[in-house]
Amino acid sequence: MIKEEVRKRLGNKIKDWHKHGLRRVYFSFEPRDVKEIVAILFKELGMRFATASGQDTPAGLEIIYHFSFDKTGEMFSGRVLIKDKARPEIDSIANLFPGAEWIEREMWEMLGINFKGHPNLKRLLLAEDWPEGKHPLRKG
Amino acid sequence: MSHKIVIPIGPYHPLQEEPEFFRLYVDGEKVVDIDIVIGYMHRGIEELSEHNHFDQVPFLVERICGICSHSHPNAYVLAVEDILGGERNVVPERALYIRTIIDEMQRIHSHLLWLGLAGHFIGYNTVWMWAWRYREPILDMFEMITGNRQHYAMCKVGGVRRDIRPQDIPILRKALDELVPVIDMFKGAVMDDPVIQARLKGIGILNRQQAIDWCAVGPTARAAGLDIDVRRDEPYGVTDRLKWNVIIEKDGDIFAKTKVRILELYESINMIRQCLDKLPEGPIDADIKDIPPGEGIGRVEAPRGECFHYVRADGTNRPIRHKIRAPSYMNVASNKVAAVGGTISDAAITLAAVDPCYCCTERTAVLEKGSEKKIMNGFDLIKLSQEKTEKIRNNKDNRD
Repeated sequence: MIKEEVRKRLGNKIKDWHKHGLRRVYFSFEPRDVKEIVAILFKELGMRFATASGQDTPAGLEIIYHFSFDKTGEMFSGRVLIKDKARPEIDSIANLFPGAEWIEREMWEMLGINFKGHPNLKRLLLAEDWPEGKHPLRKG
Repeated sequence: MSHKIVIPIGPYHPLQEEPEFFRLYVDGEKVVDIDIVIGYMHRGIEELSEHNHFDQVPFLVERICGICSHSHPNAYVLAVEDILGGERNVVPERALYIRTIIDEMQRIHSHLLWLGLAGHFIGYNTVWMWAWRYREPILDMFEMITGNRQHYAMCKVGGVRRDIRPQDIPILRKALDELVPVIDMFKGAVMDDPVIQARLKGIGILNRQQAIDWCAVGPTARAAGLDIDVRRDEPYGVTDRLKWNVIIEKDGDIFAKTKVRILELYESINMIRQCLDKLPEGPIDADIKDIPPGEGIGRVEAPRGECFHYVRADGTNRPIRHKIRAPSYMNVASNKVAAVGGTISDAAITLAAVDPCYCCTERTAVLEKGSEKKIMNGFDLIKLSQEKTEKIRNNKDNRD
């Protein structure tokens, strides 16, 4: 039920929609739509933001936003690919709800992704004397 | 705001295994803002995991936390089994039951640990001593079944590493039977005590909407009226074959968080008993050899809330990405609203109420902003908290 609802609400903004098992759905969307899509999932459909996972891939920097719909235990994982590795940036979702603040700070320091509009973008886990511009989870 | 004083709490305290640093901004007695600094224990486990074989990773992630050292490997193996087609399709029946038994035993010992520390922080050292004394038999049971009091190394992809021997079952049952009157005693001593009620009610409130906005999980969310529990929402092990209740409170204050944890102890005991009744015979390991390419998500209800693992495989024998999100990551952040607006004497218990593997007051010092002048240390802060309880207790006595 919720799967159809999500598909209907997000419409043509998403692609590569596929189910995995009973409770997993993966899809992709464009970085420019992130705020709109997250707002629909979190505010309108009442999903809980579990976390986001960033990864350095050969094609670019990838972020997967994991949302949990706790009524049915389904996870909706939306994937974006930021192709510009030299200056990666995407809109922050932390000004939609504060629960996303920390994970964006973590991805900012670990992968060097700039989250535009983040209320408090500073280091979370790395030490204060860690060199600027070095991002531990970047490959190569 | 020129007289705003900064109180640093942390980052190290011998009572807890996780250093966190809370910078409280206070105006008089009132906490007006809080800055949370973490990262002292960042060991790069996500990166390390990419350099380990799929079968080695459980040993690594188990060391993320000494208290919920079953939750992380369990969530990890669920994520890998998600790639393989789901836990139910891969893991033998008996192993599913054993996973749930260990998971619930862990919840009992973790909640008792928290109860003890919470008691200490509000000046109920008897509760502290009791809780830790009655936690010991559970650790003995762990030692009997797994060989270790902590770091059980039970989970592996496709099953569990050790069986529960038939001769251990009556001993485990006896330990559980003996625990019930103890929890009855706690329930009476903590929940019906007017002083504890006066001390814990109405402080450190995280209301329902705040819990949603901060994405709180576990007892912290359930105390605020959010009806979420991974064990029911996305069953793992055999949690859907047992009769048990999700404990929900609605006040969101420290008393509600305490109540949720105490009542969950009964549910956990009940679940283990049902598992022991139903424990089937059979193999405990499916002997998985290869992990195909793909991605999987595993989550379990750790004692502190949803523990989330995301694993991606590319067909080699190592994960190429392993994202770990522990429950405290969400809950500790929510202290920003729970502690602000309260008083300093409530800060220690409020920060501790999310069970962040404990708030750290040993190196606490009250500093005059800019001057580095020390006014208070950590012991003073606990004393402040204990004195408030004492005051409430005396007022109650006078009225009676």
